[in-house]
Amino acid sequence: MRYANGGTALTGTYITKRDGMAVVKLDSGYNIGTSPEKIELVGRPAPQPPAGAGVVVQNPDLPDLAIISTGGTIASRVDYRTGAVMSQFSANDILRAIPELGEIARYRDRQVASILSENMHPALWQELARAVYDEIRAGVSGVIITHGTDTMAYSAAALGFMLKTPVPVVFVGSQRSADRPSSDNAMNALCSAAVATGDLGEVAVLMHATTNDDRCAIHRATRVRKMHTSRRDAFQSMGMAPLGYVDYPALSVTLSDEAVRRGTGEPEIHDALEERCALLHFYPGMPSCVLDAFEGYAGLVISGTGLGHVATEWIPRIREMVADGTTIVMTSQCLHGRVCDRVYNTGRDLLSAGVIEGEDMLPEAALVKLMWVLGNEPDPEKAGVLMQTDLAGEIRRRSV
Amino acid sequence: MNYQELGLKAGIEIHQQLDTAEKLFCRCPTLLRDTAERSGEFHRYLRATESELGEIDRAAREEMRLVRKFCYYTYDTVCLVEHDEEPPTPMNPEALEVCLTIAKMLGMTPVEQVHTMRKLVIDGSNTSGFQRTALVALSGSLPDGCLIETICLEEEAAQRVEDEIFSLDRLGIPLIEITTAPCMHTPEAVQQVAGHIGMVLRSTGRVKRGLGTIRQDVNVSIADGARVEIKGVQELDLIAEVVRREVERQVGLLAIRDALRERGARVDHTVVDVTALFSGTASAILKKAKSILAVRLYGFAGLVGREIQPGRRLGSEMSDYAKKCGVGGIFHTDELPAYGVTADEVACLREFVGAGENDAVVIVAATRQRAGCAAEQVMIRAEMALSGVPEETRKMLEEGSTAYMRPLPGAARMYPETDVFEVEIDAARWERIVVPELLTDRAERFVREFGLDETLARQVAFSERLPMFEKAVAAGVRPTTAARTLLATCRELARDGVAVGRVSEDELLALLSAVEAGRAAKEAIPDLITELARTAGGDGAPLDRVDAAIEKMAPAVSEADVEAIVRRIVAEREAFAREKGMGALGPLMGIVMQEIRGSVDGKVVSETLRRELKRLLA
Repeated sequence: MRYANGGTALTGTYITKRDGMAVVKLDSGYNIGTSPEKIELVGRPAPQPPAGAGVVVQNPDLPDLAIISTGGTIASRVDYRTGAVMSQFSANDILRAIPELGEIARYRDRQVASILSENMHPALWQELARAVYDEIRAGVSGVIITHGTDTMAYSAAALGFMLKTPVPVVFVGSQRSADRPSSDNAMNALCSAAVATGDLGEVAVLMHATTNDDRCAIHRATRVRKMHTSRRDAFQSMGMAPLGYVDYPALSVTLSDEAVRRGTGEPEIHDALEERCALLHFYPGMPSCVLDAFEGYAGLVISGTGLGHVATEWIPRIREMVADGTTIVMTSQCLHGRVCDRVYNTGRDLLSAGVIEGEDMLPEAALVKLMWVLGNEPDPEKAGVLMQTDLAGEIRRRSV
Repeated sequence: MNYQELGLKAGIEIHQQLDTAEKLFCRCPTLLRDTAERSGEFHRYLRATESELGEIDRAAREEMRLVRKFCYYTYDTVCLVEHDEEPPTPMNPEALEVCLTIAKMLGMTPVEQVHTMRKLVIDGSNTSGFQRTALVALSGSLPDGCLIETICLEEEAAQRVEDEIFSLDRLGIPLIEITTAPCMHTPEAVQQVAGHIGMVLRSTGRVKRGLGTIRQDVNVSIADGARVEIKGVQELDLIAEVVRREVERQVGLLAIRDALRERGARVDHTVVDVTALFSGTASAILKKAKSILAVRLYGFAGLVGREIQPGRRLGSEMSDYAKKCGVGGIFHTDELPAYGVTADEVACLREFVGAGENDAVVIVAATRQRAGCAAEQVMIRAEMALSGVPEETRKMLEEGSTAYMRPLPGAARMYPETDVFEVEIDAARWERIVVPELLTDRAERFVREFGLDETLARQVAFSERLPMFEKAVAAGVRPTTAARTLLATCRELARDGVAVGRVSEDELLALLSAVEAGRAAKEAIPDLITELARTAGGDGAPLDRVDAAIEKMAPAVSEADVEAIVRRIVAEREAFAREKGMGALGPLMGIVMQEIRGSVDGKVVSETLRRELKRLLA
């Protein structure tokens, strides 16, 4: 393509048309937008040879790991000609992008979905749980799940409730896209492989511990939350210390006493979920008619104020809903701390209306748990008891 | 040297920091900090990313030879964007406007839509691993017919503190990059073009000034040589010398190539482990090395050590390549025995590796891995010597010689910055850009309109105090008074140790206005500035502070007082006056002026004195 402007003619590659402008990559590498009439075709590029040639040979003496991708990419590649960023999913692609992974394990890859994590939904959690369960049954030493960061904590909690696993199941992602030289993807991926071949025996999330490239933190699936929109260390363990750390580049894993160890129990899957559950964030002045939208729902988690409150005005409607069979669980938008509806009158009224105190559960973990509990326990009373029972480390008996 | 005969072709890239309120892709101030003021530091690794074809850019690959951990100093004037912990903001419109202004001054044509790109840079100077850059305008021209190819708006890199430590204050300051065609054919022409572009940039009044705020990269090639990019020439006066020395280097390398070819020289690609040979050496460097490897260069004797630039040899080039592997340097037989290596050891080495009199041997000492990498680099550079001048990016050393930095980057290192939206430059936006007067034109106008002499006019026009000068003149101050005060007087006072910098712009303007209004004489200006500098930081509005200074240093003296003083002094020295006649005017003038301490204009005093003398002598 030839581009003429201001007396000079330059050549480049036509990339696309966007909003009436032709996007052109000049030979210097710069893109510009120009009116289509300023460019003319001088030839067509020779077809590009197929990418990703070259098979990586894996070391058979190393432990087997399964990499299950959901659309979160730990490896991607840039086409410098067009500037497009390509996602990579196959173990081969991942190993070519992060060759050091090959020194830790052998990998088999499996793609469950190819979505942005904001589009994640409960049916996919079930599919993901089954895929992980199959891999564990097939005898892998550990499972790595690559996942977008937006909803990673929800998915991790879901698998935390659905699966019993004797091997590590590690969610990992990156806050900086993998096409950047500064991406946290390689370090996170390497640390996740170190954990997946290590001594852990539960579902966990692994991400940067700080802004430094020196340490990753291992978080319990049901107590982790994304606490920042963009920082590498966005993921934090809430109300407890992380299950452990991985030092980089040494890749040495340290687990806390609390972390469940490899080989504890047999693999189990309970993948039923009741999807008619919701999470409601209360705010001052929020009308109680909002609750009407959840009429007929099996479960509702309220992210209330302080110790676990909503406006007094809401209580009659809540009483009706509970009577109609909706399980309502109270959590707190404070995130830190335990719900206690026995201190103030509003709380006592909520309890008498049938609201269940969500202890110190994170609102999102409580939502996922409610889906799981109601999916597996048809008796509302027993379901209520289960909501206040620690099933997967989501409830701490003591606040310390 | 006959540059025309040598086929010299040179072009320049000028990088100029803009003086905007905020950085290019975040809202931080464009403020440089002292590293001692840092509020913290963090560490990162950078990895090269692959292209669609599984290629890593050659410049990026070389940087990746060594896995490097970078340390960044951060400040309270830096945000998460510089930390690569938050996406960039939209492009700073102020910076774009300055860039468009410069483009218009250079007669360029803007692109219709500006796309921000990521240019891979993994030497650590960018936390993201890339520099954001955008092509803004194309094809301009300079008065001597030289062409400007492009102007880009990009972010400044972080400043290297030392080795792998960088300071984040500079990262993100808007920078424009102006690239000329390779249209210069003598070293002097390069310097002139750089000087002219620098003048155009300063004419906007919106570029940063001072050391390091403008940097020129020079591209040089000669016929049969290669394009070499020399980065970061900060002093304009050195540009011609840098070009001269690069031509000298390329001529030298071509002569070495010819000599090598004549001798049938070649590089032996088998590296020899000679660690054991030096087990008893007195050389401190060799003694502590885990591994010593030798590379045999047949037919290279005498040429590795041949000077190609003042203080630089072919061996220095090999050493630069080897240093990429983290070794301190190399030893070669053209410089040995030395550095504690004895003649016996050299003879032993030659014999062991089978090197004859015409051959050179290079040794590297380090860990096994680093030494292996360095030996490979030496062989690569030696092969290049056989084919002539390698294309590369070099950095300037003191005095104008250069050292190897990295290969010339390929075009394959740019991809779109998807976090930043495109910006339209429509006709209306382009029309709105006002082209400022060139500093050279302004100097001519000062001569014409204000009657300043040419030197002073140029000084004012090119000075950082130009805006203050224009304000003073607009306020009615005589241009010569304003110019002399702001340039000559202030400079002289500063030289004498007066803290002129502490006197505010408002105070200087108030002072000049007071002089203009006749409230103090021109002669009192140095005393008044000295007083203002002495009391700087004290209370009061500028006007009050200037009044106080006048009160103290040059109290008002009425015309009647002047006449009384003049009369008294003439009376006291009546005999002298009668003896000298009107010739007494000069000496008496000095005495009177001393008494009234510059409170009255000299012209008024001399008129009064003349009148009084005449009266006496009549």
